[in-house]
Amino acid sequence: MRYKSQKVAYWFFALSMLLLTLQITYGFIMGFAHMGFDGLHEFIPFNAARATHNNLLVVWLLSGFMGAAYYIIPEESKQELVSVKLAYLQLISLAVVGVAAIIGFHLNWWEGRKFLEIPRELDWLVVINVLLFLGLIITTLWKGKRKTTTSLVLTMGLFFAAILYLPGMIWFDSQTLDSFFRWWVVHLWVEGVWELIMGGILAYLLIKLTGVDREVIEKWLYVIVGLTFLSGVLGTGHHYYYIGTPRYWLIIGGIFSALEPLAFLGMALFAINMYRRSGRSHPNKSALYWTIGSAVMSFVGAGLLGAAHTLPAVNMYTHGTLVTAMHGHLAFWGAYGMLIFAMISYVLPNLTGRKLYDSAASMYAFWLANIGMVCMTCAFAVAGIAQVYMERKIGLPFMQVQEEIEVHFFGLILAATLFTIGCMLFIYNFIKYGQPTDEALLTDAEQGDVMA
Amino acid sequence: MLSKEQARLFFLGGTFVVSVIFLAMTWHSIVREIPNQTHEQNITPEVVAGKQLFDENNCMGCHTILGEGAYYAPELTKVYGRKGEGYIKAVLMSPTPWQGAAQRKMVAYEMTEEEADNMVAFFKWIGEMDLNGFPPEPDKNLQP
Repeated sequence: MRYKSQKVAYWFFALSMLLLTLQITYGFIMGFAHMGFDGLHEFIPFNAARATHNNLLVVWLLSGFMGAAYYIIPEESKQELVSVKLAYLQLISLAVVGVAAIIGFHLNWWEGRKFLEIPRELDWLVVINVLLFLGLIITTLWKGKRKTTTSLVLTMGLFFAAILYLPGMIWFDSQTLDSFFRWWVVHLWVEGVWELIMGGILAYLLIKLTGVDREVIEKWLYVIVGLTFLSGVLGTGHHYYYIGTPRYWLIIGGIFSALEPLAFLGMALFAINMYRRSGRSHPNKSALYWTIGSAVMSFVGAGLLGAAHTLPAVNMYTHGTLVTAMHGHLAFWGAYGMLIFAMISYVLPNLTGRKLYDSAASMYAFWLANIGMVCMTCAFAVAGIAQVYMERKIGLPFMQVQEEIEVHFFGLILAATLFTIGCMLFIYNFIKYGQPTDEALLTDAEQGDVMA
Repeated sequence: MLSKEQARLFFLGGTFVVSVIFLAMTWHSIVREIPNQTHEQNITPEVVAGKQLFDENNCMGCHTILGEGAYYAPELTKVYGRKGEGYIKAVLMSPTPWQGAAQRKMVAYEMTEEEADNMVAFFKWIGEMDLNGFPPEPDKNLQP
């Protein structure tokens, strides 16, 4: 850690881990319900569990991104954060909005719009919160002595993520238009501007962990985010196949979705090549594992599995089935979950001055969580493909098919247990690091960073 | 070899071009095509009220509509044609959690007659949309 204000990041990561734990809990509730054990139906009906599970994902990832920004921006711009007090205020208000939304979901206070279930009244608080966050980041960047490509790409991602939240707040009478603009938020976030954030964080980690020249890394960062937008913006079309929208989206969406894996392939090759070019290796192996792992798993989950079911002829059958859940889990985990884990793994030793990076717990955390998530993806795939054939191809009634595939959710729960043990080991390690301290103010070299 | 400046140009230029195409297609879709395909003239106040109820109760949190939502309860796009008005209203007005042949339960919404009528109007409107062939017809060669 170079700047005292970077300590704020720790608390955003802590909130992030707390929400992840809750998200996993609700995932289990849904998994059991799919297996036929819905004993909690009266208190937590499936739609409440589902809205909670999805929104906790969004909030823990956003909290992780914000933590990453509060750590990266001061260091990249060589400037203390303009106000630490306001950053803590922003953290608390984020937690309050999140908790209020989740309690609301259990009391039937929400909007039935997948991923954007937070009611409009609370949306305004989200807007204020994000404006405060952006204000702090942008003024710090503005006052800073150095404006790097990495920090600009990261800030640009955060800025556009905020702007793109707005189309989701417009009311439409037509279900089609409602959905059309809901995807402006959801798709253009996860397959657009969030990838800028991902690219920025990845570039920062690679600079620190591999010591490859910043100019080289940042050049490829531009190429990758360029590929992301080139494919991802028109790739939004894959959500406009079958919702009452014109046929040309089938062609445009099909072609550009098929190109989307290229950006993720670029990301994976980028990370692996930079690692190979690095002369000396960084002592923080777990941060390296999570960083390279994230780049590879995002290619598999978001890139390959995404492209596999966005071909219009395939999507005609898989649209609205568990195949989507298969892709969704590995994509979010690989691209965003693992990247936040990478950032936390890199940052914690620097904030606390304790070098616990290669403990057994941190290595088991990596392998168990990843093997668990891959197995979960397989369980969803089997259930989803069976559902597609029985329901869509043969024409059996929905509920009859669901009873047939219940057994695969037993497999899912076993895999999820493995995944959970991995995540809990990671959090155990997180707690063992203790809280950040000013005594950990060190230079890059003292932190063990590989210097260019 | 590509310079950093060229890479930046590729990023900014590419993003600008695809964004312009995307916005133009969006404009064409929402102004010209979607109103016809979704029979916008049939969106009556009852349909709007039905959509509002659909949102307020997060029906999408279990069901899918237009193929979007959760995967826990049946697809509702063609529910009006499949089950008919009487069945839909019985489910929505039921004072006890609805349970079909399967074991999964639905929340008892205890809707009033008027609310249930609005939901029916909403499902009828949804069912008449031109969805480019979705949901697909089952394959006749695979019938048991």
